[in-house]
Amino acid sequence: MYQTTYHRPSSVDEAAALFAKGSESKYLAGGHTLIPVMKQRLASPSDVIDLSKIKELVGIALSGDALIIKAATTYFDILRSADAKKAIPALVHLVSVLGDPQVRYRGTIGGSIANNDPAADFPAAVVALDATVKTNKRSISADDFFKGLFATALEDGEIITAISFPLPAKAGYSKMRHPASRFALTAVFVTKTKSGDVRAAATGASQNGVMRVPAIESALKANWSPGALDNVRISADGLLTDIHGSSSYRANLIKVMAQRAVTAAG
Amino acid sequence: MGVEGIGASVVRKEDRRFITGKGRYVDDIKLVGMTFAQFVRSPHAHAKIKSIDTSAAAKMPGVVGVLTGKEIVEDKIGNLICGWAITSKDGTGMKMGAWPAMAPETVRFVGQAVAVVIAETKNQARDAAEAVVVDYEELPAVPDIRAAIKSGAPQLHPEAPGNVIYDWTLGDEAATDAAFKSAANVVSLDITNNRLVPNAMEPRAAIAEYNEAEEHFTLYTTSQNPHVARLVLSAFYNIAQEHKLRVVAPDVGGGFGSKIFIYPEEMVALWASKKVRRPVKWTGDRSEAFLTDAHGRDHLTKAEMAFDASNKITGLRVKTYANLGAYMSLFSSSVPTYLYATLLSGQYNIPNIFAEVISVYTNTVPVDAYRGAGRPEASFVVERLMETAARQLKVDPGELRRKNFITSFPHQTPVIMAYDIGDFGASLDSAMKAIDYAGFPARKDKAKSEGKLRGIGFSCYIEACGIAPSKAVGSLGAGVGLWESAEVRVNPVGTIEILTGSHSHGQGHETTFCQLVAERLGVPISQVQIVHGDTDKVQFGMGTYGSRSAAVGLTAILKAMEKVESKAKKIAAHQLEASEDDIVIENGEFKVTGTDKTIALPMVALAAYTAHNLPDGMEPGLKEGAFYDPTNFTFPAGAYICELEVDPGTGKTSFVNFVAADDFGRLINPMIVEGQVHGGLAQGIGQALLEGAVYDSSGQLVTASFMDYTMPRADDLPSFKLNHTTTLCPGNPLGVKGCGEAGAIGASAAVINAITDAIGNNRLEMPATPDRVWHAIHGNA
Repeated sequence: MYQTTYHRPSSVDEAAALFAKGSESKYLAGGHTLIPVMKQRLASPSDVIDLSKIKELVGIALSGDALIIKAATTYFDILRSADAKKAIPALVHLVSVLGDPQVRYRGTIGGSIANNDPAADFPAAVVALDATVKTNKRSISADDFFKGLFATALEDGEIITAISFPLPAKAGYSKMRHPASRFALTAVFVTKTKSGDVRAAATGASQNGVMRVPAIESALKANWSPGALDNVRISADGLLTDIHGSSSYRANLIKVMAQRAVTAAG
Repeated sequence: MGVEGIGASVVRKEDRRFITGKGRYVDDIKLVGMTFAQFVRSPHAHAKIKSIDTSAAAKMPGVVGVLTGKEIVEDKIGNLICGWAITSKDGTGMKMGAWPAMAPETVRFVGQAVAVVIAETKNQARDAAEAVVVDYEELPAVPDIRAAIKSGAPQLHPEAPGNVIYDWTLGDEAATDAAFKSAANVVSLDITNNRLVPNAMEPRAAIAEYNEAEEHFTLYTTSQNPHVARLVLSAFYNIAQEHKLRVVAPDVGGGFGSKIFIYPEEMVALWASKKVRRPVKWTGDRSEAFLTDAHGRDHLTKAEMAFDASNKITGLRVKTYANLGAYMSLFSSSVPTYLYATLLSGQYNIPNIFAEVISVYTNTVPVDAYRGAGRPEASFVVERLMETAARQLKVDPGELRRKNFITSFPHQTPVIMAYDIGDFGASLDSAMKAIDYAGFPARKDKAKSEGKLRGIGFSCYIEACGIAPSKAVGSLGAGVGLWESAEVRVNPVGTIEILTGSHSHGQGHETTFCQLVAERLGVPISQVQIVHGDTDKVQFGMGTYGSRSAAVGLTAILKAMEKVESKAKKIAAHQLEASEDDIVIENGEFKVTGTDKTIALPMVALAAYTAHNLPDGMEPGLKEGAFYDPTNFTFPAGAYICELEVDPGTGKTSFVNFVAADDFGRLINPMIVEGQVHGGLAQGIGQALLEGAVYDSSGQLVTASFMDYTMPRADDLPSFKLNHTTTLCPGNPLGVKGCGEAGAIGASAAVINAITDAIGNNRLEMPATPDRVWHAIHGNA
């Protein structure tokens, strides 16, 4: 690791001000991506600004028709949240298959979506649940937030403060774990909204990161059942191929995971 | 058997320090004035070094030296050696390219060291290493066997045309061909034995210290065999003479073979410590371990088995290409030859066997012994063929094996090995009973009704362990003898130190070796200390690998114990005014048999050292040594059966049951044996399902971290059901065979046989990832 200056601000405004001051600042949340690349000397931020101790960024609340999870809330806190479990059990299931206990104690929802790893779990939930990403500057809809591999709509220095998930009628998540990293080799989150709309998002599959799967959405909208997907064909075009899974295998997984997610959603 | 004697599951003495973080590993050692080494490594798989500019690095803060490959050659430090000579079928010797500890002109694998920076702190060394400017001219690379043997392939070493190191054969080709000509049935398979990264928990490390006044070096290093390291470093590398070099291998966190070999880093540390006149420490990180530890396996094989009309095997023909990487590591040449082809008879009566092995250079890190070393590859070939044959001949896989088992011993195979004893039918019976083989069809049907594909797979392995009779391995080309030495020191107050040339890096010697003393003398193991891993303390030793420490190392201790006991009995008889023949040893006392006259061990020891009243002419003291050279290998064998389910939607495999019935001869500590089998099975299952080192077409290691290289985790593995059947090894007085490698040798075939049974497609490569299994199910691979 190269020399860096570590800051632990106590408010979002202070964090943003510190960020602006540094020549090459980076925000730190759970640190699962930033710290390893710093240790490998692949990143050398001038200033590391730790968001994880900012009290206004931590907490889970049910508010009307939405579950609001503040950005620095850890996976572990989501996992044990009665509100989350009651409101969107699929989200809690997603956390239960995310990483391992050590990861869940440190990792944060905001860190995950700000990083937008193409195989991370949370982007699929944010997109499928049509959540709104709230920042210190604005609100961004899920469909506008994710912009491809490790890219988001966030501007330089912008801080995610919370994610607001509208409560669905039904939701399910099914994940095929990557054998080595335990990220998603391919995972699918499906949602039936209270207005009867269907959204399905796959992570780990596409070369462009999290993606909606229109073929699955339309089939499920017509018939919300695993069997409705039997004859759906998912194209392998644009899907990832690597030593752990070919694009055709991932295309198959999108369908199979979607079917299992529907089964789980009930 | 006493409570701490042979056969008792005594809790491991060493675990208290390990699990409380009090172990003392190389990296824990800090010497006064110690500096830190950081290697500059090649980012290219194959390149000429046009120039190295160290001037900027040399001026960086804290830097005490920057040394390059050119300087190590100028200082006449020897090239790394390979210690086992293999002769090709045309009578020529192996074609070995030079391997300098740091590359002076050409790099041949990603990660090869070209320079080293020595600095006051580790970070200063890292900073300065980044400032070393190396100008490379990239050359085309050959990343795998197929690329290496292609006509017109880029050449790695001028000494090895066509990148072939040797083309070696074993067995009678004409007789084997004749057997195939007259066969009723022939079964054939193309097999890839996937390349593995050893991944010991502790990465390699070295600290070298040069004492100018005494012209003496000390090397602390992560070695499975510190005496062999000293021998090789002094005899071949021109760094230090043997009596001027102490090698210490303190606590070592796992080796699996990868810490047998002498690596460039410890050579450079020794050489550099004299150059900079400061102690030099190098601790590899995990990335360096992936890139530079000798990998394992990596074979391409075509194998055929001939059967007569009654389903008796009449012949086996095997042609294997083995990837040895860019350079020949210390024992690399022997692994795909004498540790592989000699086991191709498996547990079966095979009258004719012919094997050809062609070892090749590629632009990858060297490949050498990894848990099992050649024997897993052999067992996989034989057991995949047997299962395939059973399917092709439409006979029960258990019955086909049973029909061909060797049942009378000793048995001379056509491939050198003479099996001393075994009862292969007993192991198979035990495993089939444990898994309820008879109930399998009903279980398969039930699984099918639940949408799952269930399969069952056998693997009846045999291995040659207790490596090895020195004369035998010498005649096959080994550069060393493979005996073991021991010394038993009874101290004046009766505590005991056992000095052994075996090295414990996870095996539990500090417990099991004490159990022999407890068994023989009846003293508690707390009174016994095992001393190992230091060439200044232990006279000599060949180290730990090849499941040899009990069969060879512990037998050497037994031989020394017998000498100590004999002398102690003479002293006791003298003290008790009895005949030596009447003395028996019980519960730490020497007793005149049939009387109540006793003298305790401490009093005998004290008498030996005070020497006030010893038998006439007896030397004082109570300390004896022994060298033990076995007369044969040992032959652990067993039967593994795996039952699993495949999810046809995802290709994911889930274990239902995994049973093992091993014959290890006498067990010293059943609990430790169980742990060894668990670990071996984890590595065998890891090879079958999870692990695979992959280089891309340019020779970059794709699986260079745990993000891509799948190490087995607890939840990837079933709960193992272990059973033992026992035939005592007649080759050593303890009747032990060795247990360290069995799981890794036998497990992979059982798993692949079970998956291919489940999915009804026999074409499946390891690691059988869900992706590969799914493609195999759906036939669009």
